[in-house]
Amino acid sequence: MSDKKLIIIGLVIFFVIVAFPLWYHFLFHGGKAAPAPELELTDKAKAAKVCVRSTQYMTAEHMQLLDVWRESVVREAERVYVSPDGKEYNMSLSNTCLDCHSNKAEFCDRCHNYASVRPYCWDCHIDNPKEKS
Amino acid sequence: MDSSRRRVLQLLGLSALGLTTKPIRDAFAQEEEQVQAQFKKGENALTAQQWAMVINTRAFESEGDLEPLIEACHKIHNVPKLENKNHEIKWIWPEPYHNAFPLKAGRFLSEEVEHRSFLVLCNHCENPSCVRACPTKATFKRESDGIVLMDFHRCIGCRFCMAACPFGARSFNFRDPRPFIRETNKQFPTRMKGVVEKCNFCAERLAVGQMPACVEASEGKLTFGDLYDPESEVRELIRTNYTIRRKQMLGTEPSVYYIV
Repeated sequence: MSDKKLIIIGLVIFFVIVAFPLWYHFLFHGGKAAPAPELELTDKAKAAKVCVRSTQYMTAEHMQLLDVWRESVVREAERVYVSPDGKEYNMSLSNTCLDCHSNKAEFCDRCHNYASVRPYCWDCHIDNPKEKS
Repeated sequence: MDSSRRRVLQLLGLSALGLTTKPIRDAFAQEEEQVQAQFKKGENALTAQQWAMVINTRAFESEGDLEPLIEACHKIHNVPKLENKNHEIKWIWPEPYHNAFPLKAGRFLSEEVEHRSFLVLCNHCENPSCVRACPTKATFKRESDGIVLMDFHRCIGCRFCMAACPFGARSFNFRDPRPFIRETNKQFPTRMKGVVEKCNFCAERLAVGQMPACVEASEGKLTFGDLYDPESEVRELIRTNYTIRRKQMLGTEPSVYYIV
């Protein structure tokens, strides 16, 4: 057991390194989470009041919803979405979603940046169908 | 008191199970919510068992006559114009007789036919070789109307389909197409670098009750309809005219017919 000291020192160093995110966060950021992004709605989105589904559902599940929409539109040729409350929508990211949410920078990007996700939707879909450029 | 201890443990176990499975039950409840939403076709959507096109090539006098049709298609579908032939993207384009119908080119052909421009596009084959070649099922034959479509999201850019297509109907985006699109149609997506693209028989227009853009621009020189409806206009034209198809002997059963 002549290496006891060395082992303990090694263990301490190991735990300090492993716990880096924790103590760094507490020491330099006061243990507070980064402020959640504030989303801005366009006037059109405000006027519509509801999205195709509840806000909570859309926040959590919009990516799955879009995935299902794509499958239905491209493969099944069914382009009309009947939401649970009976309203009909054209299933189109470019022409339905981004028509209301035409402020990509203040709506999509803020949350995506906060969550550090980089969706490739806009590689093909044009971000603002109404903008005349 | 053996049995009562067992009872207590059973109860404890059950309540623990009840508490720990809550998230799972919540997830199931949410799934049920998803099921409530429904999908359906638009009310004006045009339907067919197999869409087909008849091109009356006699009505086109020069390549200039084909230009407005090509323009109409490429404009609404955000097809880029690349000058470099190797990077060219085309959905519908003119081709001389011996290229469009290489196995039907006899010697001493009528000069008029030899110099005529033929409009070529994806044939939306009934037995498409591109679909069989695609490893990701990004390209597929749509059951509902026979259109050979692409799901660009799923295309990995392997270009097997381009090798498999005997008509050269597919183009690959070697470069980001966006800077080369003259006028962007905001209603239709563009493509990105690294995917293959081709004519989609205007699936997005059929869904809202419109004829394909080229048919609309052709002023009656192109006819579009259901190949399996004996009363349809295309069947009438095929019945009453001598029509040919491109490379028919390869067995892909093209759905584009040419009156020559």
